[in-house]
Amino acid sequence: MAKKEYWKGVEQLTNDPEFVKYAEKEFPQHLTIKDAYGDNSEGEFKSNRRDFLKVMGFSVAAVSLAACEAPVKKAIPYLNKPENIDPGVANYYASTFFNGSDAMPVVVKTREGRPIFIEGNTFSAYSQGAVTARANASIMGLYDEERAKAPSKGGAATTWKKADAEIIKGLSAAGKVAVVSNTIVSPSTKKVLNQFAGKYNADLVTYDQDNNSAIIEANKAQFGKAVVPSYALDKADVIVSFNADILGNWVAPGVLSQDFAKNRKVGPNKKKMSQVFSFETMLTITGAAADYRSPLKPSQEGVAVAALYNAIAKATGNATVKGALKDANIARAAKALLKAKGKSVVVSGINDVNVQLLVNGINQMLGNYGKTIDLNTPLYTRQGSDVQMNAFVDALKAGKYGAVIFYNCNPVYDYARGKEIAAGIKKAKLSVATNDRLDATAKLCTFNTPDKHFLESWNDAEYKRGYFSVAQPTINTIFDTRQAQDSFLAWAGSEEEYDDLVKSFWQKDVFALQSKELSSQSFWVRALHNGIFETENTGSYKSIHDTGADSVDYSASFNAADAGAKVAAKYRTTSEWEFVAYASTVMGYGTLANNPYVQETPDPITKVTWGNFVAVTPEDARKLDVHKEFETKKKVLKVATKGGSFELPVIMQPGLAQGVVAVPLGYGQTSLGKVAEEAAGFNAMSLLGAKGLTNYSITSGVSVAATDASVDVAQTQTHETIMSRESIIQETTLAQYVKNPAAARHDVMINTYSGPEKATDISAWDINNNGYKDDRHNENNDKPGAALLWNSVSGIQADVHEYPNHHWGLAIDLNSCDGCSACVTACHIENNVPIVGKQEVINRREMHWLRLDRYYSQRPEDEFTEEENASMTDYAKMERAARNPEVVFQPMMCQHCNNAPCETVCPVAATSHSSEGLNQMTYNRCIGTKYCANNCPYKVRRFNWFKYHNNEEFDYHMNNDLGKMVLNPDVTVRSRGVMEKCSMCVQRTQAGKLNAKREGRPLVDSDVSTACASACASGAIKFGDLNNPESEVRQLLEGELHERAYNVLDEINTRPNVYYLAKVRNKDEKNA
Amino acid sequence: MSIGRSVLRLRYTLAVVCGLLLTSVTAFAQGDGIPTDEASISAGMELFDGNCSSCHQVHEKGVGPALKNVYERRDVKWLTSFIKHPGKTIESGDAYAVALYDKFKPTIMPNQDLSDAEILQVLAYVKDATIKGPAKPEAAADVAGAGAAAPQEGMVVSSNLLVGVIIGLLVLLSIVLIVLVVLANVLTQYLKQQKGLDENDTAYINEKFSLAAIFKSQVFIGMSSFVFVMIVAKVTIDSLFAVGVQQGYAPDQPIQFSHKLHAGYYEIDCKYCHTGVEKSKNANIPSANICMNCHNSIRQNSPEIQKIYAAIENNEPIQWVRVHNLPDLAYFNHSQHVKVGGVECQTCHGEIEKMEVVQQHSLLTMGWCIDCHRQTDVNAKGNAYYDKMVEMHEATSKDPMKVKDIGGLECAKCHY
Repeated sequence: MAKKEYWKGVEQLTNDPEFVKYAEKEFPQHLTIKDAYGDNSEGEFKSNRRDFLKVMGFSVAAVSLAACEAPVKKAIPYLNKPENIDPGVANYYASTFFNGSDAMPVVVKTREGRPIFIEGNTFSAYSQGAVTARANASIMGLYDEERAKAPSKGGAATTWKKADAEIIKGLSAAGKVAVVSNTIVSPSTKKVLNQFAGKYNADLVTYDQDNNSAIIEANKAQFGKAVVPSYALDKADVIVSFNADILGNWVAPGVLSQDFAKNRKVGPNKKKMSQVFSFETMLTITGAAADYRSPLKPSQEGVAVAALYNAIAKATGNATVKGALKDANIARAAKALLKAKGKSVVVSGINDVNVQLLVNGINQMLGNYGKTIDLNTPLYTRQGSDVQMNAFVDALKAGKYGAVIFYNCNPVYDYARGKEIAAGIKKAKLSVATNDRLDATAKLCTFNTPDKHFLESWNDAEYKRGYFSVAQPTINTIFDTRQAQDSFLAWAGSEEEYDDLVKSFWQKDVFALQSKELSSQSFWVRALHNGIFETENTGSYKSIHDTGADSVDYSASFNAADAGAKVAAKYRTTSEWEFVAYASTVMGYGTLANNPYVQETPDPITKVTWGNFVAVTPEDARKLDVHKEFETKKKVLKVATKGGSFELPVIMQPGLAQGVVAVPLGYGQTSLGKVAEEAAGFNAMSLLGAKGLTNYSITSGVSVAATDASVDVAQTQTHETIMSRESIIQETTLAQYVKNPAAARHDVMINTYSGPEKATDISAWDINNNGYKDDRHNENNDKPGAALLWNSVSGIQADVHEYPNHHWGLAIDLNSCDGCSACVTACHIENNVPIVGKQEVINRREMHWLRLDRYYSQRPEDEFTEEENASMTDYAKMERAARNPEVVFQPMMCQHCNNAPCETVCPVAATSHSSEGLNQMTYNRCIGTKYCANNCPYKVRRFNWFKYHNNEEFDYHMNNDLGKMVLNPDVTVRSRGVMEKCSMCVQRTQAGKLNAKREGRPLVDSDVSTACASACASGAIKFGDLNNPESEVRQLLEGELHERAYNVLDEINTRPNVYYLAKVRNKDEKNA
Repeated sequence: MSIGRSVLRLRYTLAVVCGLLLTSVTAFAQGDGIPTDEASISAGMELFDGNCSSCHQVHEKGVGPALKNVYERRDVKWLTSFIKHPGKTIESGDAYAVALYDKFKPTIMPNQDLSDAEILQVLAYVKDATIKGPAKPEAAADVAGAGAAAPQEGMVVSSNLLVGVIIGLLVLLSIVLIVLVVLANVLTQYLKQQKGLDENDTAYINEKFSLAAIFKSQVFIGMSSFVFVMIVAKVTIDSLFAVGVQQGYAPDQPIQFSHKLHAGYYEIDCKYCHTGVEKSKNANIPSANICMNCHNSIRQNSPEIQKIYAAIENNEPIQWVRVHNLPDLAYFNHSQHVKVGGVECQTCHGEIEKMEVVQQHSLLTMGWCIDCHRQTDVNAKGNAYYDKMVEMHEATSKDPMKVKDIGGLECAKCHY
């Protein structure tokens, strides 16, 4: 098989001379460092020799003064130590993450009473231990000093007593009240709101930023049940997605990807996997994971569904509908689906009822209902309704509501008709928000009565019928805030407290669903410990979220011809520009836009941080003459629609549909705080002001024009580039893999006097000091028990360190990695990695210890013919390759090489090797020569250019006392001038070892995990002791050692302790 | 006659018997009923230690009064009833008991469940101790001191010997020098009187000894500047190494807590207060509620303990001054050393049980850590975690497995 060429960005594929020059350097040359504290503002560098002497003189004096007397430090113990809190020992509490419409069970790590880390809850069968990048990062929201600190009236602080009195008065006089919220997944909260609605005749209006109204409406029309069904993706052999980012933000972020990953794993004992088709506009991580992908303009999407419907209908003897689309993948998908009847899933994220009806029809024809799609235990995670919302907006505008309450939502910003809501709020006599700050909505309301952060609150959640989780406070309330449910109870005149309601719901209703615990008290204690209660046997229990019949008639029909006709009428392919607003994987809909971790985590596809942009294809960029970039400077594009216009820098996005401009959502929020302000950008939601169901695209009247301006975009795409080496990404197709499990391997052989040999079998040093004679023979292998050690098992013959006890290693399965980026945020938070901000990312000085490399490669199915190869120009070839590339994600961290190039060049031995396989970085010894970074072939060492804490120039969490609470006390906060890198979470392994030692037993898998591995519920990253034959990572790698497991850049003989498992795509053989 | 004699005899007998009886009663009463035999005293000592010693001492005032001569101050009957029911005695309005209560309130001695015989034994011990007088603590210290000094004595002797030898040598040298100077003088004088010496010789003999010439000589200047530079360098380097080293640091604490009293005299286990030492990186400075476990009934009136009460009442934690300060870049875990390594607290913290004010005993420098890791055997016995390592170690080495052998000198064991 011809080796594919991989590229990280368009510049790399074209081999633009500017790029080559740029890529070879770690940092752009023009950068100067103005002063020690990160002030990089423009201006002349005025320091001179005299200043130097002055500074030196002062430093000497200061140091000698400081040395005279050490500062007196205080040690302040508890007055009354809580029984289960020991300073220095972490406590873990099961709770639930809430943000916008999202919720998931989590486990919160606290130290000395402050939460410092969020992990998934592995007890939960619903989430399977999943945690999203946003859930990870949300911990920072707790310590955001810009949160609302007290209730306010008209922006001025007030007291709860005064606010309550006025609000109750206002509500009593209001006549008609509306409570607007995102999906409420909590049964107890719903009860409270129902109680409130009963008292004040209030309408409860629900919407979601990720709007799936059409699915709900279609199911209501066809099956009489207004719900989003639950999907069993692990049981699906074929998955077809029409613009549904099932691995990203669709329906249940972070949760669906767990089942998805299960059926994507292959191994010595499982040589089959699901096949995934994606038809989408913007390249998403779902499209990146898909085996076959077609980029479609928004105006083609509906017809594509109709085309698939027809293909299936024809084969199953059903009537076809109007609509056809020429796309090879439709036929492929139809063929695959027909082979997997009852074992497939077709989903669509298009917010159009007729399209959703056709999708239902396809699933019905395939017999997927009741097997992979379940309407009887639907997902309660998306209940938002555009129908309700439209009625609300119209009534609000008409002044029919006397009072409106926005419960933890920001529709002025993140709902398509936000502008109309903004205008309507003034017409209500009383307007209240319970938001955590004066955001776009709250600042228009008379009152803001801030809710507590979810880590300070009691709550519960029901994701599917019988799948519950509980939320408990993990810290005392920081500011003068009050749980919103308690506010509603107070306004409704109830004496009850919300935590009692949660408790009584669990002790009565949930308790009744089980028989294991005999007393409701012990059940409640168990629930607080586990955080979840899940059962399939719900009996006669009816959830408060349930609508419609318990048992759905899956054979219910709908008017397919009518739906098809409407789809055909609506979706007409044009040659016009089309606009699409999409939610990127990490930023989502911008609910956490003031969270610096979210801003600094690069979007896995575009690799852009801190701000938004408009994406066009490389071909369109050339047509618009905006394709020439100078380093980070991107040309600005002006896009005008009927709803408004904007100017944003352009980035070239391979895989985007031609003729489309795509803008990520979540930016342009000015009233959230300094972080969101720094990111700036434009709120693409504000253009989508159409009536009916929210349509995230605009297909007519869009005009696009280049401008002369250009601005910097903080894109990490080609930073730390490893130029086209062939052993970085290894991949194959399922067909080839079944035939030869080692099909993906690309072993570079080196010619020696005794013939070609693997690099790892050749000794570079005379380690036994006997003239290279038995360097092949490792003395350590003769020791008792040595045969079981990883070094013996892996068969490395020369130059190995001795690892008598542990040998830490990572195994990263490129097949399971979907690019969700939770590992990046988890690493960022766990290791106190500083936030550097927009300008420093532009300066290529981001500090991430773990980055997620994204590689593009040309699809084998549109390989050039020989004629084309000869006749086409390089640029033309590039353009075609970039039309719809294949994507591979590769988490890249320090590889902890056994022959580490960094260790040999450090002049002060600040980086050295441990007896457990770690490449250790000792900050207090480092003098910052950067030799190690220069010598690192993986480009994973990051230099700490500035003092990022207590520094006005980096005004993020490390510049205020509250923000510093999130820091992990077991990891040093590095200062300026040292090199830093992944330590394989040595603080966690040391703690795990100590646990085992204290209990006097050998170490087991559950003792240790790195932050990235614990954040990766889909199991793409596994960490463990390679020397322990019982460990999961050892067993995994032992099976794969001569099959899919490989080391990146094996041929340079660095012998990493990080192994990658080659990617396998489920493709037909001829398309390999 | 005979009867009269008999009666008389009887009278005498009676008188004698009565007399004997009386004398014996008086003899008993003279000992105020407190036995003086060894068995009673030692039984009394056990009872005293078990029941009384937490509040009372014989010669010093504790939480309660000193018990010296108590048997003279009050009679046995009063003492017995008071010891059994102190509260009732005070309530009954007994003047002495009320006076006692006024002096020691709010503490009331709890009722003691002792029999009359046991109370007599306790009193026997108190009386014995009163008569013997206060114990001389120096004696005990002498014994301990002798043990500690013993090994040093050898060193002192040897260094004395060395000094003696050196002084002897110096004396010998000076005698030799004086003899030589005298000899040289005598010979010079002799030569001066001789005639017929050539000019060179005459000049040599008449040469004046000049100190200035020596000071000006290049060799001298070179040597002395070398020595000077070396001394300065040594002092500079030594003082630089001492930067941040706070050995002997013994700051004043907000409460004058005495480890000598608690850990030394009362032998309270370190772990009783420093609860985290076996499970956490921090040993933990005890929270006020741990102090209150004892001090809610013991010595509440002490001004130092009143500070704890004040802290609790005002909800203001006590701000102790931190004595042992490791830099943030070094990770240290108490449980690793105490629970896993089996290291005694005193190994690093010194004889804490003798410190009135806690001071930093060890250097707490990296060299100090590393030294210990080089020398200390791993406490691997009975810990299955180490089994595999011990097996591999013993296959290649006869020496016991030291901390350094299992990576105890590696950077990322403490720096991360």
